This record gives sequence, structure tokens and C-alpha cells, in this order.
Amino acid sequence: MAHFSKANSIGEWLDQRLATKKLWKVLAAEYWVPKNINFLWAMGVVLMTMFTILVISGIFLLMYYKPDVHLAFDSVNYTIMQEAYYGWLWRHMHAVAASVVFLVIYIHMFTGIYYGSYKQGREMIWISGMLLFVTFSAEAFSGYMLPWGQMSYWAAQVITNLFGGIPFIGPDLVIWIRGNFYVADSTLTRFFMLHVFLLPLVIMAIIGLHFYSLRIPHVNNQDGEDIDFDYEAEKYKNGQKRESKVIPFWPVFISKDLFVVGVFMIFYFYLVGFHYEFAMDPINFEPANPMKTPPHIYPEWYFLWSYEVLRGFFFDIGPFKAMSIGLTAFGIANVIFFFLPWLDRSPVVAPAHKRGAFKYWFWILLIDMIVLTIYGKLPPTGANAWIGFFASITFLALLLVVLPIITKKEAKSVGGAA
Amino acid sequence: MRELKILAVVVFFTLITYIGVEPFAHSQMHKHIEPVDYKYSDLKPLNKKGDPKKGAETFMNAGCVGCHGVKSQGIAAPMDAKSASASFGVVPPDLSNAGAVFDEKFLANLIKNPAHALMLEHKFNDKRPFPMTPFMGLGGDLDQEVADIVAYLKSIAPKKLDDKDVFIDACGRCHDVKYDGWKRPSDTAALKKYMGKNPPDLSIIIRAKSKEHLINFIGEPQRVLPGTSMPRVGVTKEKAEQIVSYFEKVGDRKKEKRESVTLKIILYFVIFSIFAYLWKASKWRDLH
Repeated sequence: MAHFSKANSIGEWLDQRLATKKLWKVLAAEYWVPKNINFLWAMGVVLMTMFTILVISGIFLLMYYKPDVHLAFDSVNYTIMQEAYYGWLWRHMHAVAASVVFLVIYIHMFTGIYYGSYKQGREMIWISGMLLFVTFSAEAFSGYMLPWGQMSYWAAQVITNLFGGIPFIGPDLVIWIRGNFYVADSTLTRFFMLHVFLLPLVIMAIIGLHFYSLRIPHVNNQDGEDIDFDYEAEKYKNGQKRESKVIPFWPVFISKDLFVVGVFMIFYFYLVGFHYEFAMDPINFEPANPMKTPPHIYPEWYFLWSYEVLRGFFFDIGPFKAMSIGLTAFGIANVIFFFLPWLDRSPVVAPAHKRGAFKYWFWILLIDMIVLTIYGKLPPTGANAWIGFFASITFLALLLVVLPIITKKEAKSVGGAA
Repeated sequence: MRELKILAVVVFFTLITYIGVEPFAHSQMHKHIEPVDYKYSDLKPLNKKGDPKKGAETFMNAGCVGCHGVKSQGIAAPMDAKSASASFGVVPPDLSNAGAVFDEKFLANLIKNPAHALMLEHKFNDKRPFPMTPFMGLGGDLDQEVADIVAYLKSIAPKKLDDKDVFIDACGRCHDVKYDGWKRPSDTAALKKYMGKNPPDLSIIIRAKSKEHLINFIGEPQRVLPGTSMPRVGVTKEKAEQIVSYFEKVGDRKKEKRESVTLKIILYFVIFSIFAYLWKASKWRDLH
């Protein structure tokens, strides 16, 4: 057993037993981040804040919510919204955060793409981030079902039905997911379990992985510069703060993040109190009615681009049915970003504006995904259907064909191997 | 400066996306509806001046009280709610407040031809007559008699009604508002048979439909939802607004609190951001 001398303070007592000083150094005070960054580097902390808000507001909602098709709607819209003290605040915060968190995720993702922060050793950061995107999507979808309103029900009906398109096992899989032949009480209860237990647990584990994956390759910087972190950290510790290219996470990096979080919270609470319809669809304030199909069924805004890829292929091509092509394209769209580090054949880590053709590729991708998002909500008739079709083709071509070609060329021009 | 440029780019693309999926998409999904003006210009104007005293007599002689109660005048409904809804599908209204809630032109037309005034001719015809029989007159000038009845109803109606009372008179015989404890008197099974479907509970209708939508729908259901079995109830514009204000009170009762509390939270984060900025400035001062 180690020798313990008498401690003179609680801090020292804890340090003897848990090495808290060292832990704090490793986690924060001597965790080095590049100095050459902009506010987009604060999105990680903003996301962590949003996730914390979701967990805390979720805990309060959980105290009154009832996962039963006969009780769910009233437990949300009466008990929580009208009876429980500040229930309306927790619900509005939860619903708006669930929507806004995706805006920040997309900004975070596009920042990574723009600055090339997914390659040259940073692949695991990117992949664990994409895993978070997928689990957040599942979390959002399962949560959307819980108020048991019209859109909860019909979105669940449509989305679970998609699994029926998987060859051989599809129809059985749909029944297995729903726990019934149609979306029913069994579906609500299991999605409740997923939403409040399994998925949050998985998300927390992947957040841990995501943070850990930053340790070795370190955070990228505004110019994609390859920094010797040990050397720069020594400079900083020796007092050459001005010359050093790095800053410690605590307190320097976090001081900037907190300011960004503060400004973001002003925007977020404005939405919570005054502009929440985009996140709390009015249709979902009508109770679920399996006998009454709403005239327009659409997913929440953050799923619209992939939903439009699914709908984009609206006609049969040769022996392939429109539904199968759409489902395949939808499947590809949902996993394609995982492969970004390998679809990009170039070793260059630099912001898009310094990468020639990649610059145009980036902005075209962004605009194409916005077009897909908007047309994913519009009724798919007439010209809309064709715009959706071409935007879907463009999306797949951009990632599967254009990106490898332009980055291969870039790799050749810098003389490096892909 | 660079940070602001980046922020402008982020805000720009966020706004484009927002406008696309919210205001623009909704304008494409819901066709534009000409606002209902509550002038009832499709109905024949009431061109006779009514006499309330004569109207009271005509009202009694015309047999209105065979089905309707007028509680304020001590006339009880002839049937209890259960048997009334079994006979008519829906419980006939008590007419104590009718003169205040409903438009006079509408009332006159309703008395003469209910299915037409209610815009239910797609549902009711000679083969399936509307439960309320048209008033054919007592032998005198029909228009004068109708004008007298309307004048009588107006004379007994209270000057002021609170929002909930207006709702009860205009909507409450078919619709529940369970979050406010309002239970319709009509029997659900009978009502379902009569209407073709169960009229929805309106507790949080204000969160499901916009104010404009509700005003138009109450004013002329067929214009908003062609073929619906909901009748045009014939309220005045002012009373329609009272109904919607009732919906706001029961369906969004935390609105005031929501706005004042979130304003305080926003103020907190404004102050938070100022301090955060000062802290940041102090930490970054000797870095550049």
C-alpha cells in the first residue's frame, strides 16, 4: 500500500487518493488547443451545452410523461404544459433544443469538411462524430413519437415502413421494430425505452470516444498547419505565450467558448419563448388518429435532405422500381459521410478556400443539401419532383464521383501519394 | 472582422434554409384562402324592421319552444340532453343568448331555411331533412314575422357575454374542451352518427391552427375545408374573436408567463455574455 501523509486540505486529501491535480492538468489545464481558431471551434462546447440541456429538461419531463397511447398526449399537453410547475418551460426547451442541436451539428460537420479536419490522423474524430450524428438522429426520431400527436404517429408509420424495403427480411423487420403489425402502444413503449435509456447511454459513451479521439491527432486549426504540440506547449509554459501556437483548454480556450455559448443561448431562448413553431409542429398538437392521414407528412427539418434523396427517385428505371432505387440512395446518403476521409484522396489539410476545385465542391455540396432540405418539405409534384431528382443525383455524384476525382488531381499536383 | 464574416455566412445559409422549410414550404402546402368578412353577403338581407313585442308572441306561436329552451325567460328545454340528442343528433341550443351571439341576418335566414344558412345543403335535402324545420309563417307577412322573432331574440339577449359563454353557445354543443372541464351535452354516439365523425376536442386547437385559420373556419367552414359536416354557425365577427380568445386562454394559458420568463432568461444571458467577453478578453490579451 502506498504511504499516505496527513493532508492539509480537502484538495490535498483528494489529490493523494485520486490524483486530481494531475487529472485536471491532463483534462483541462494542460490540454492544448491551437490558438489560430475562430468561433466555429466553439461548436463542440455549444453542442455539449445543448446536450446537457436536453438531458436535464428530459429528466424533468420524464417525471410526468406517460408512455401509453391513451395517456401520452394529455400527459404532455395538459399535465406538463399546463399543470406542472414550469413544465411548459422544460418542454419548450427540450423540443427547441432537439431541433437546434441539429443546426449546430451541421455547422460543426461543415466546419470539419471546410477545414479538412477529417483526415491525416483525424479519421477517428470524424467517424466518432458521424456515429454521434446517427445516434442523435435515432434519439430525435424516437423522441418525436412520444407526444403521440398526428405527426408523431404518421412519421413513425412512414419511417418504420421504410425498413420494409430491405430485401428478404424487410416485412418481418418492420413488425419486429413496431412490436405489432402497425404503429401501436408496443411501438410507443419501446421507442420510449430507446429515447430515455438506451440511446442516451450510447450517446454518452460515443461522446467520450469523440473527446478521446481528439487526444492524439489534436484539434485542427484555421490554416491546417501541422503543429508540434509538445514543443509549442513547452513555449507556452515557459511564458512565451505570444510566440506559442497553442493555448490551454482551461482557462483560455473555454473563456472564448463561454462567450460563444452565451450569445448562442440568447438566440436559443428567443426561439424557446417566441419562435418555437419550427420545432413544435402545430400538426402535432392534434392527437394521433390512425383513421385520419394528414394531407402532408414530412419529417423534421434536419431529416429533410436525406428524405428528399429517398423521394427523389420517383420513377422506375429499367427493371428497378422507384422505391428500391430511392431506398438504396437513401441508405447510401445516410452512411456516405462516414467514408469522407477515404473519398477525399488528397493528403492536403487546408481550408477549402486554399484548395482550388475543392472550394467549389464544398459550396456546391452545401447548396445542394439546402436545396434537398427545402424540396424535401415541398409537395413532390410537377417541377418539384424533378428538382428533387436532380438534386439527389447531384448529391450522390458530388460525393461518390466528383470528390475522388478532384482530390486525386490535387494529390498529384502536390506530389503526395493519396 | 474575419469572425464576423464567418458569422454572416453561417447566418445567411441558416436563414435561407429556415425560410425555405418554414414560411415558403407552408405557403406551398396550404392554398391561400380569402379571409371571411362575416358580412353574410350570400344571404338575403333582412329588410323589415322587427318589433320585439310582437316577436315574443310569434316566437311562442311558431312553436320554437317545442325544441328550444330559453332559460333566461324561464322556459326550460322540453327534453333532457340525452333524449334530445337521440332525437336530433345534437342537442338543440338554448336561445337565451342567441340574439347576441349570432348575426341577425344569419338568424333570419336560418329561421326560414336552416340547411341553407348553415351551409349544409350538401348533407341535408328533401330525402334527409335537417332536424330543424323551416319556419313557414303564421299566415301574415313571413319576412315581418321573421324580423319580429329576430328582434325579440335580440331584445332578451344580454349585452355582454364572456368568452367561454360565447364558445358554449356557438360551439359547445358538439365540441369538448376537456382541459377546461367543458363536456358537451350531446351524446357522443348520437353525435358521431349525425355528423359522420366525432367532432374534435378543442382544448389546444390554438396550438394546432393559426388564429386566422380559426377565424376563417368558424366564419365559413366550407371555404376552408370543402365538404366538412361542420355547419357555418353564424356568429358575428366580434363573437368569433371572443371564441378564439377563449381558445387562447385554455390552449395556451402559459403564454404570458412564457414570454415574461424567457425575457428574463434572455436578459440573464446578455449579462452572462458581457462578463464572458470580458473574461475572454482578459485571458487572450497577452496571447497576440
